[in-house]
Amino acid sequence: MTTAHESETTKMQVPVKPNSLADVAQVLRTPGTKAIGTGLETRGIHAWFGKHHALSNISLGFAAGTVTALIGPSGCGKSTFIRTINRMHEFIPGAAMAGEVLLDGKDVYAPGTDVTKIRLQIGMVFQKPNPFPSMTIGENVLSGLKLAQLKVDNKDDLMQECLERAGLWSEVKDRLGAHGGSLSGGQQQRLCIARALAVRPQVLLMDEPCSALDPGSTLRIEDTIRHLSETMTIIIVTHNMQQAARVSDYTAFFLSEGGPGQMIEVAPTSDIFSRPQDQRTENYVTGRFG
Amino acid sequence: MSNIDSAIPTKPWRASNRERLTDISIFLGAFISSYVFVALTPMKGKLAYFAVFFIAYALFTSIFKARQRGSAAAKDALVNSLVAIGAVVTVIPVFSILLTVLRKGLPGISFGLFTHDMALASPTDPLNNGGLLHAITGTLTLVAIALVLSVPIGILTALYLTEIKGSFKGPIRFLVQAMSGVPSIVAGLFILSAVLYPITKAYSGLMGALALTILMIPTIARTSEEVLNLIPNELREAGTALGGTQWRTVAMIVLPAAKSGLTTAIILGVARIAGETAPILLLTGGGDTVNPNAFNGPMGSLPYYIWKSFNAGSPEAITRAWAGLLVLIGLVLILFTSARLLGSRKAAK
Repeated sequence: MTTAHESETTKMQVPVKPNSLADVAQVLRTPGTKAIGTGLETRGIHAWFGKHHALSNISLGFAAGTVTALIGPSGCGKSTFIRTINRMHEFIPGAAMAGEVLLDGKDVYAPGTDVTKIRLQIGMVFQKPNPFPSMTIGENVLSGLKLAQLKVDNKDDLMQECLERAGLWSEVKDRLGAHGGSLSGGQQQRLCIARALAVRPQVLLMDEPCSALDPGSTLRIEDTIRHLSETMTIIIVTHNMQQAARVSDYTAFFLSEGGPGQMIEVAPTSDIFSRPQDQRTENYVTGRFG
Repeated sequence: MSNIDSAIPTKPWRASNRERLTDISIFLGAFISSYVFVALTPMKGKLAYFAVFFIAYALFTSIFKARQRGSAAAKDALVNSLVAIGAVVTVIPVFSILLTVLRKGLPGISFGLFTHDMALASPTDPLNNGGLLHAITGTLTLVAIALVLSVPIGILTALYLTEIKGSFKGPIRFLVQAMSGVPSIVAGLFILSAVLYPITKAYSGLMGALALTILMIPTIARTSEEVLNLIPNELREAGTALGGTQWRTVAMIVLPAAKSGLTTAIILGVARIAGETAPILLLTGGGDTVNPNAFNGPMGSLPYYIWKSFNAGSPEAITRAWAGLLVLIGLVLILFTSARLLGSRKAAK
């Protein structure tokens, strides 16, 4: 845990790009608030699958405690981008990348970095709910601790806290011993969120978390995202522009025009939807294509 | 409201009595025509009845359906009857074998069979002399040693192929496939010339179990590979994204998710070796007494007992052999059922 003073000095060492969201973070950060890291910044991220150049030169800042939505048509590299952040990109055979991902000023790709530690700090929720089938609901929540071999004093408290924060506690408190697969799709996704929270990440990446869910479950997860943003940085990929408008503080528009995916524009969410600077952004958010 | 109350639940998709009658008459017609056909032609025997009956049945149903509802229905009826024939043809030998073993083996089953060995009896003695305790313990010992050796090797091989995907993936998969075609006598001769002659120079249970291990590994490895390939990649990604190393993810998530399939792989492995005779003849020597030491001295086993009793030739010996077969089938059945129960109980917990 860094004190506010220390995080100030860390921030000073990180040269902040003009117009990056880290500027905004410094403005937003008020003395006395709980330190939740200095956020995340990507610099010049490129990604390849074999020879296919999927993503070109993405530089984006994600201030601590904000929700950033990534929007754009399918195949523009949004998911690839967030997978480079927690180093899940390298999971794919033939994958390559360039650039830096700075978490609290440290490059997650620096030589000698323990990749499992990075993934503990940067959690992820996937598009399809994927609770572990061989575990109960309770075991699923605590599975991250077991996987990373972390010790906690009171597992039951942690389990309850995570399920409460994911908005699932009241629905499952009487059947923690049931299988994760016995829940509905929306509940399974909230279980996956609870599972990601149990290892206390600073950053939560969400890859279209609601695309497989009904509107009711979607609203509950959006509620959850708003609550979570008080204590962590959230990056959410979504195809639903209303969702981006509802949950996010900032929105980045990605687009691939034949070549690799690029970031066209990033701004506070209300600006992206009311007065986008780029014509292509306007065409997309007004539904003229994509 | 009233028409809701007066509604009677019916099942209009069910066959009517009239349809059932036509089905039965087609069946009887095929039966009678097969009888007439066999009586009128030089074709004789049970097989002729079966063949003619099935052909006639398939023909009659499809002609009838074609007249009733056209060519699509005729094809449907034809394929339906082919499937039914296939099922009957598959099931008859299985039940025939089981019934024959039961009929011929049951007279040889007695309590003493499970408490005595053949130390003081020969296969031609009266049935109440001696038993096959030595063969049961021998087979169980051989299977247990083979399991202990082949399950880790087989599953680790499958993990190498599916999880690590190392650069020797191709050659190893090829080797495993080639190994699964190795005749059991070759595995036996290999252990004989590579281990028994140069090193131990004596029959023992371990030598037989080594040969059985060679036969068992490819079955377990191949089946486990298929099963592990079915585990969705999302689970591996989820485990990795939660901060698990590859080994922790595999051990905590992939293997438990594949548990029932891996149980099947092990069962298939046991099925492959439980009745193997050739390597046992070469390597364990086949004793007539209970040998608790798997590392030294000849060891009996059920296949060996069956082989020896059949060779002895007297009616008592033949009955002993059938009883041994029945016990072997029962033993395998018990092993499979307990493996299934064990696998499903832990999964349900």
